[in-house]
Amino acid sequence: MIIEGYDSGGWFDEIFDAGGRPRPEAQLLLDIIHSQPEGEFERLQETANAALVNLGITFNVYSDGAGVERVLPFDILPRVVRDDEWDHIERGLKQRIYALNLFLQDVYNDAKILRAGVVPEELVLSAPSYREACRGLTPPQGIWCHITGTDLVRDKDGAFYVLEDNLRCPSGVSYVLENRRLMKQTFPDLFASSLVRSVDDYPSKLLDLLSFISPRPDHRRAAVLTPGVYNSAYFEHSYLAQQMGIELVEGRDLIVIDDAAHMRTTRGLERVDVLYRRIDDDFLDPLTFNPDSMLGVPGLMRAYKSGNLGLVNAPGTGVADDKVIYAFVPQIIRYYLGEEPILDNVPTYLCWREDDMAYVLEHMSELVVKPANESGGYGLLVGPQATSEELDDFRGRVKHNPRNYVAQPTLALSRAPVIVGDHLEGRHVDLRPYILYGRDLYVLPGGLTRVALKKGSLVVNSSQGGGSKDTWVVSARGPQC
Amino acid sequence: MLSRVAEAIYWMARYIERAENTARYIDVSLNMTLDAPIAFSDQWQPLVSITGNLDGFQARYRTADRDNVIQFLALDRENPSSIVSCLSKARENARSIREAISSETWEQVNRYYLLVSSPAAARRVRENPASFFADVKLYSQLIAGVSDATTSHDEAWNFMRLGRLLERADNTSRLLDVKYYLLLPSVEEVGGAVDDMEWSILLRSATALVMYRRKFGQISPEQVVEFLLLDTEFPRSILFCLLNAEESLHAITGTPPGSYRNGVERRLGQLRSELAYAQVHDIISQGLHEYLDGFQRLLNGIGEAISETFFGMQQLNGAMAGAGGPTSDVLSGDQSQRGAGWHRGYAGDLRQ
Repeated sequence: MIIEGYDSGGWFDEIFDAGGRPRPEAQLLLDIIHSQPEGEFERLQETANAALVNLGITFNVYSDGAGVERVLPFDILPRVVRDDEWDHIERGLKQRIYALNLFLQDVYNDAKILRAGVVPEELVLSAPSYREACRGLTPPQGIWCHITGTDLVRDKDGAFYVLEDNLRCPSGVSYVLENRRLMKQTFPDLFASSLVRSVDDYPSKLLDLLSFISPRPDHRRAAVLTPGVYNSAYFEHSYLAQQMGIELVEGRDLIVIDDAAHMRTTRGLERVDVLYRRIDDDFLDPLTFNPDSMLGVPGLMRAYKSGNLGLVNAPGTGVADDKVIYAFVPQIIRYYLGEEPILDNVPTYLCWREDDMAYVLEHMSELVVKPANESGGYGLLVGPQATSEELDDFRGRVKHNPRNYVAQPTLALSRAPVIVGDHLEGRHVDLRPYILYGRDLYVLPGGLTRVALKKGSLVVNSSQGGGSKDTWVVSARGPQC
Repeated sequence: MLSRVAEAIYWMARYIERAENTARYIDVSLNMTLDAPIAFSDQWQPLVSITGNLDGFQARYRTADRDNVIQFLALDRENPSSIVSCLSKARENARSIREAISSETWEQVNRYYLLVSSPAAARRVRENPASFFADVKLYSQLIAGVSDATTSHDEAWNFMRLGRLLERADNTSRLLDVKYYLLLPSVEEVGGAVDDMEWSILLRSATALVMYRRKFGQISPEQVVEFLLLDTEFPRSILFCLLNAEESLHAITGTPPGSYRNGVERRLGQLRSELAYAQVHDIISQGLHEYLDGFQRLLNGIGEAISETFFGMQQLNGAMAGAGGPTSDVLSGDQSQRGAGWHRGYAGDLRQ
């Protein structure tokens, strides 16, 4: 593997410092690369690719029609995060999720923060993800956002910023766990001697969480609810159910009787207490939300509202990760906790504000423009890479529906080296840590590093040609005995 | 366990077993053409009939020669019972219940599918069919072994075993029927030297030759039939399959052996005891083909009763359940049609 001549190109690089020297925490990794015989690293990469195919670790691509499975490309060079940086991130995430949960409880109940004018009421109520059906509700244990997958990015100053709070059904954690397993197979010696923080606890922590919120203290039957085998994240649904040893159910496996959810089994109906649902609010219950939904279960919201069913995440959490509401998270943290945010937001222009709108229209070619209620990298515009037709098109869209658009400066996303043929090239990365909120707040050390594999691309989403890397949280002294 | 999961696991096992047996049919015919001194002019077409899709074959292939028939039975995705189609469905089922089977089982199913669907498969089938079909048989057995050794022998495992054994019983009866078709021109010569060799090829295709020799020594058609139909110890014999299927069935329901609480148990018990007390001499004088035909019809009835008894919860909720998720038209649709109609088609073709 040729490392000499690697050019960080003036970007912040996760492995090499500005002078091209490996960062201290990455030194052991570099030593290992150097110590491999020629061609060995490439061979290990191929072995890992073959393992992904054999294990059927895939996601489905919608645009290619149903049933098309793809392997999420995996780069065996890990991304390394120094443990003191990680501790900072962890504190910041816990603070943020704690505050967002208070916000959700407040918004659907007393609405104090709206009356105080900290977050404009108009913005909350106009969010498409605001659920009237959740008004007056307090979920079991008062927890709304049990599972969060926050998107973090590192700018050229080396600081981490929160790009998005994914509070609905964040996916990707199965890749973290499987990537790690693959890495252990690929570099067994490395893990024996290093201080990489373990991610193996995740399924146990998740199962704890699910049983913690069961409405029946003596029955804690949980299941994962999936839209089915053609959903893009189906692998993850089945993987998590398998790892936790609970059933994976589809809507058609469930029926609500006497305000309680039941599974159809070979021995008749059996009650379910908690559903980790990987179906969006809109499709959860055709009687409450989208009446055309075939994926959901009629009456599920009734069971939930009657206090007979725990839902993870609670319906209605989407309002707090609306990209317009996102801009107010620093104020939300200050309002509920009286603290300054530990992790910063990316500066965000709200087209809903007249001044911001004027700025966005004028500077669109420098900005990233996003619809407020989309995820997965769909429907966004990267100004510097857009044609003038695309820019005009977006100006029209923004003017037509200002509430639905936000804009952010185009960030100089940090890069990490990936294996390209026999050498390394820098590619942009982000980081998605996973946070569980049950009995307490738990942050999975590391999370999913997504890589924009296309040269020069800033879009890391798997649906848009992204890949992944294992993420190591290691001691600042470097991973060593 | 969930009805949907039980159904998927049962069908996964059936498709995997079916793929193995299709490989066996092809193998027996390949062997016969290699060894047989007489040229069978029309020996490949009966093979298509026996695996159930003569119309489908004739619609797209001009002649029933070796290459066409093997292509059709092994790699033709348009043929719903080809090996690759079986594996595609086995894998789809496995994928929909990945959480309910062990990771090792899933990985083998996935690899099996990749083996028969890769571009290299077509070349192997052309250039070295024997080695390809040996791999197919091996993978099916590997999955049975891996799942036996890595999953709890619980309800799910019993559904898997039930599916595998019923499919195997059905397929062994078809394997016997291959013989019947191949000998049609020479029924009077039963017992001749050529015939002996063919019976031994048949036994070998069911990996039964050595076990047969150990038990009976010399090859005699009557004893071969007895061995494949009525032996209680050989794992591919029909009675063995039924006895063990019954054991799994009762493990699932908890009904004490020798009694029944539902239609499946009653039908399977009836069919098993019919075989348990049958005399091979009576079967042969009645006509082996007729006997096997009747047996297959009763076995289909058992398959339908299993669907109704255990997987029926799916349909409990009427339209909503039927509509289901986006998977329903491909998975359960496919199989619930299969449960009833496909098998009838299978038997129907046989009588053409």
